[in-house]
Amino acid sequence: MAELGRAALIVTLGLTAYALVAGAAAAHVGRRRLALSAQNALVAAFGSTLVAAAVLLAALLRNDFSFVYVAQTTSEALPTAYTVSAFWGGQEGSLLLWLLVLTGFGAAAVRLNRGWARDLVVWVVPVFAAVALFFSFLVVVVASPFATQPAPVDGAGMTPSLQNPYMLAHPPLLYLGFVGLTVPFAFALGALISGRMDERWLVATRRWTLLAWTALGIGQLLGAHWAYEEVGWGGYYAWDPVENAALMPWLAATAFLHSVMIQEKRGMLRVWNVLLVILAFSLSLFGTFLTRSGVVNSIHSFTQSSIGPWFLAFIAVVVAVSLAVVFWRLPQLRSPTKLESPVSREAAFLYNNLLLLALCLAILWGVVYPMLSEAVRGEAVVLGRSYYDFFLRIFGLPLLLLMGIGPLVAWRRASLRSLGTTFRWPSAFALVTGAVLLGLGAGSSVPGLIAYTFASFVAATIVLEFARGTRARKALGAASWPGAFSSLISRNRRRYGGYVVHAAIVLLAIGIAGSSAFDTVAEARLTQGQTMSIADYRLTYESLDERSAANATELRAKLQVARGDRDLGTLEAGKNAYTIEQQISNEVGIRSDPLTGEDLFVIAEQIDPDGTIYLRVFVKPLVNLIWIAGLVFLLGSLIALWPDAREQRRLVERTRDVGVPATR
Amino acid sequence: MTLALLLAALLAVACVLTVALPFLREPEPESDSLEELDETERHRLELLEARDRALAALKELEFDHRTGTVSDDDYRALVGPLRREAAAALQALEGVRTFVTQVPVGEGRPTRERIS
Repeated sequence: MAELGRAALIVTLGLTAYALVAGAAAAHVGRRRLALSAQNALVAAFGSTLVAAAVLLAALLRNDFSFVYVAQTTSEALPTAYTVSAFWGGQEGSLLLWLLVLTGFGAAAVRLNRGWARDLVVWVVPVFAAVALFFSFLVVVVASPFATQPAPVDGAGMTPSLQNPYMLAHPPLLYLGFVGLTVPFAFALGALISGRMDERWLVATRRWTLLAWTALGIGQLLGAHWAYEEVGWGGYYAWDPVENAALMPWLAATAFLHSVMIQEKRGMLRVWNVLLVILAFSLSLFGTFLTRSGVVNSIHSFTQSSIGPWFLAFIAVVVAVSLAVVFWRLPQLRSPTKLESPVSREAAFLYNNLLLLALCLAILWGVVYPMLSEAVRGEAVVLGRSYYDFFLRIFGLPLLLLMGIGPLVAWRRASLRSLGTTFRWPSAFALVTGAVLLGLGAGSSVPGLIAYTFASFVAATIVLEFARGTRARKALGAASWPGAFSSLISRNRRRYGGYVVHAAIVLLAIGIAGSSAFDTVAEARLTQGQTMSIADYRLTYESLDERSAANATELRAKLQVARGDRDLGTLEAGKNAYTIEQQISNEVGIRSDPLTGEDLFVIAEQIDPDGTIYLRVFVKPLVNLIWIAGLVFLLGSLIALWPDAREQRRLVERTRDVGVPATR
Repeated sequence: MTLALLLAALLAVACVLTVALPFLREPEPESDSLEELDETERHRLELLEARDRALAALKELEFDHRTGTVSDDDYRALVGPLRREAAAALQALEGVRTFVTQVPVGEGRPTRERIS
């Protein structure tokens, strides 16, 4: 069936080429049927890519090793769930998934908006088609998932670290995020080319951007949890280039989600917003280039391949064309209003944007510096953790503080006296919290103490906003307090969903500060019966067990854990030896305290043949708040994403008023 | 191999039909030109956006004042300009509406067609 897969992708290539040429011609000369035909081509491209994806999935599930891709990424012994995840576990499959999501998003975004924004959508189609054409070219010509060979007896298997449940969700979510950023890019570029600089492109892409941003955020957190549990080095984020590749577009999209509010509320920052959209999309392409080109050494990256130059050329074209179009439309992008005061909500959002962008560019420099130094000096100089930590503190801590300030400052301008009244209680709460923590010894890490103090300030402002809002809704006639609370959120989902997301960032900041600035580490070499201590934990090495799993031999050291006089049960840490893959992985032992959010984290660094083990043990305070932050982040995003009937009605009335049919 | 090629051919035919559908449905349409918003309609859309922006800002200011996020002094300083903006947007909109109703059909307003 490889022929069917290949043919389906050739059909996709033809359809996207047609959608590009016919769509651009139809938009240029104003031909209705040709424009519809180009839109249909985009929908059909999704159908043909779906067929190709089904062929690859069937080959994976049948262990058809005549497919080179299947033989390289799976084996007979691989559990079915990981066989499915092999779809995106290798380069060719992940590119196919990218194309599938891209054509699916393109078809959906065009169909959902072609009624009410038809004059805009005709220009969006060729932009989508151009991006899809590039990816279909890659999977047809450069990196086909349907290359065949005489079938070997068994496959090479999957990298052990990828045999983890998180790998079922982490990569697809990142792809949803990366590819989702194509939607605002296509609409922004479509709006620029067509000269339709009204707000419709923002309205059409608002939820798509939020969806992509949410998927990227959750995908990164799942990736961090995977690294924490599976990679076995004692952390969850290593500033690895490929981790950074997902963080950079997320930061750019975060900046856009804030600055777009200024355009919606004040009609300002039009150039800035299109530049942020272009940046976010370009960074998502750059991230893909990093993962697939082999230019960086990373646990996540695929092997050296020939697609790097193609990606680099495509990124260059995207950036050059986008900037040229922005420059061409500059006169139309001029804002009718100006910033009235440096003390206003829009100013706070602007500062937030500058900090986010500065952090994003500092990370970008850290990522490209080894490549540049290798190109110039012939030696790759890698910027270490201290470089990134420095900029995280310099830009991240003020960002955290601004998260509390921004939403409580009035639009346009606010008096200093008013600010004093507004921030009196949150500031007092933060100062008291800081003083108490200082008294408890948190002064051992100044950045950590500042992070806790700022986080408590933001938390207080969020609680205050919900409390005041609920009280106001109750005064406006809500029947009960829960009714008032519910009405508060449902009447302004974006604002209050945003506050819930801010609460998630507060939890994340506390979790990161606690686990990185206040963690404890100890190392020991133990023989059976010996005990080691760390913080107030005691670990006694009881036994070493060996057992067989489906595709690996598991070696586990059993440790008895006690805290003070209390027995906390046993914990296992060890290694897996994967037979087919011929690799050994660290399998860490983690004991979480649900009350304090603290983890006891054990790595069996070395297991000698005589049963002696070399342990590295961490105590990570509050680390579990990071994972809880993920759930809160998802909740806030869902609130903000939820359709708002009032807003829909207003948009329908507006478009009907102009004469455009109100169907969306 | 043969089945795969047959399925591939079927897929290609289905895609070609999908792409050709607009031409098959309407082989000889009355008009094949894309509907575009004319200058007046685009201006009107911008005014509607300005009106909605001003009204939403007023509503938010009222609510923020009620919750105490915006102080009395700031409220007094902000509400006047916002009301004037909303009134100006409504007035400008009314002006465009009057202009449009005075223009006879066929003089500046293209006939509407659906493309979807």
